[in-house]
Amino acid sequence: AAMKDGLRSQVSAALKEGRVTPTELCQRCLALIKSTRFLNAYITVAEETALKQAEESEERYKRGQPLGILDGIPIAVKDNFNTAGIETTCASNMLKGYISPYNATVVQKLLDHGAVLLGKTNLDEFAMGSGSTDGVFGPVRNPWSYSKQYKEKSVPKSHSEDEESDWVITGGSSGGSAAAVSSFTCFAALGSDTGGSTRNPAAHCGVVGLKPTYGLISRHGLIPLVNSMDVPGILTRCVDDAAVLLGSLAGHDPKDSTTIQDDFKPFELPNLTDVSKLSVGIPKEYHAPGLSSDILALWSKAADLFRNAGAKVVEVSLPHTCYSIVCYHVLCTAEVASNMARFDGLEYGHRSDMKDSTESMYAATRREGFNDVVRGRILSGNYFLLKQNYEKYFVKAQKVRRLIANDFVKVFRSGVDILLTPTTLSDAAPYTEFIQEDNRTRSTQDDILTQAANMAGLPAISVPTALSERGLPVGLQFIGRSFQEKQLLTVAKWFEKQVQFPVIQLEEVKRHDSGVFQHQKSASFS
Amino acid sequence: QKVSVEVLAHLEHLALVDFRDLEGVERLQKAIQFADQLHEVNTDGVEPMDSVLEDRWCLYLREDDVTEGNCIKELMENAREKVEEYFVAPPG
Repeated sequence: AAMKDGLRSQVSAALKEGRVTPTELCQRCLALIKSTRFLNAYITVAEETALKQAEESEERYKRGQPLGILDGIPIAVKDNFNTAGIETTCASNMLKGYISPYNATVVQKLLDHGAVLLGKTNLDEFAMGSGSTDGVFGPVRNPWSYSKQYKEKSVPKSHSEDEESDWVITGGSSGGSAAAVSSFTCFAALGSDTGGSTRNPAAHCGVVGLKPTYGLISRHGLIPLVNSMDVPGILTRCVDDAAVLLGSLAGHDPKDSTTIQDDFKPFELPNLTDVSKLSVGIPKEYHAPGLSSDILALWSKAADLFRNAGAKVVEVSLPHTCYSIVCYHVLCTAEVASNMARFDGLEYGHRSDMKDSTESMYAATRREGFNDVVRGRILSGNYFLLKQNYEKYFVKAQKVRRLIANDFVKVFRSGVDILLTPTTLSDAAPYTEFIQEDNRTRSTQDDILTQAANMAGLPAISVPTALSERGLPVGLQFIGRSFQEKQLLTVAKWFEKQVQFPVIQLEEVKRHDSGVFQHQKSASFS
Repeated sequence: QKVSVEVLAHLEHLALVDFRDLEGVERLQKAIQFADQLHEVNTDGVEPMDSVLEDRWCLYLREDDVTEGNCIKELMENAREKVEEYFVAPPG
């Protein structure tokens, strides 16, 4: 329960009062990372630099001059953000060994606030995927696979296989970040969100996943997937913490011309008690085919929760929802084709030994460096961008995008303040089941509830709501108006308080190699 | 309609990525089939949307002032083959 109280109210006070020191926090997190290595959440652990940052933070606290709430707080960053002096791989052979010469703006901001960067988290290769299973460093395991809650509900297979084959995925593509936050190895993590890549794993891992409005947070240094949709995402254990992170990250960046120029004022979330003036929209198209019965029930229960508390709850329609995935498919592959063109082996990254000609070197480098998913999207994107196809596919998709964005505008104009939808169609699938379908099919299915918010550039947040029949987390999503993060988070925080999502009870896991997973109480400090 | 062999070759040349095998080609076919669903939507009179921020008009040009640079050493660090301040590519 202490972990829920979060950075502002609990951790910050403890650090200021000296009840715990930044180095202690850092060491505990590093130890926990080691003992949870089997989750494969981290690609790189920056132990030395993290401890150094923690020491510097400790000095500041001793002098009574902490930089703010984030000073000394251990955080993790998805491995598609550039981090100076630390390898940035995007979970691809193309960037193995690539040491960033600079920090992404969001990374720099966190460091300027005194945060301690523990390491880089695992993802699907180049953030393409919805399982965090398609990176070169292997899949990420959902910490809930090892929870008492899941184990109680699962039928044990043959005893020796128990922990090995039963584990469930984190969702993706920011699965490493979600797993890291969920397993207490860090207090917050950065993800990215292009089609749902922060909200999807947040829902599966029982953590808060915030996708900010496009243009609010700088993308400088985030290795791009789709320039017109990508945003840095925030993963935390409670809504309040997400607001703290947002406060330190949002704002205009001269290095990213797609950030808006308006001043951003960090805010504290009020403790909303009266929702009677709130109008919540329930988009009927989000009752998508394949939505599991327990998620449908939870969604309905949530709507009732608002209604019973006095809010106006209305059914609304976003008629072009069903075309969102197709539209995304075309626009995403087109932008990917363009963004991946920079990987040619000359200036950075993998370079093939092929020497016959420049072009053959490029082709061989790209053949060796990219996995099938990435290569497939590049080829599709190039197809849609061919002169004979440009109007028919790319421009057509841009038109459909406007229709999707307009659907939201109409609904918000009709008096609805916020939308309530499920985040995923079901709880996390077992890995063995998930990999039976290919990446594109899975992404198509899994992004359906999250993707439209990226199309329209709207802010959205997944809040852990309850456990499914299988004992796994289910999250519900709120979608807000452009740049109205304060309202979005205020409502999300009220909802979080109502549902009282259970804390994960991680069990001891005896591994063949080493490392006994300590009961998570040791990671709290209260 | 199937994608012609000429178009496949053209795509490989443009993308500098190969289909590798029949599976790769089939993947493309499926992707096109999937994308064809777009044509069900009536978009008469609808303008294409480049950016969700179009109303805010935030894409701007900044002043032509040098604010950073002189980082040749850092930029060259990650290149595998270089000579002095040149990136080296195979001839031809």
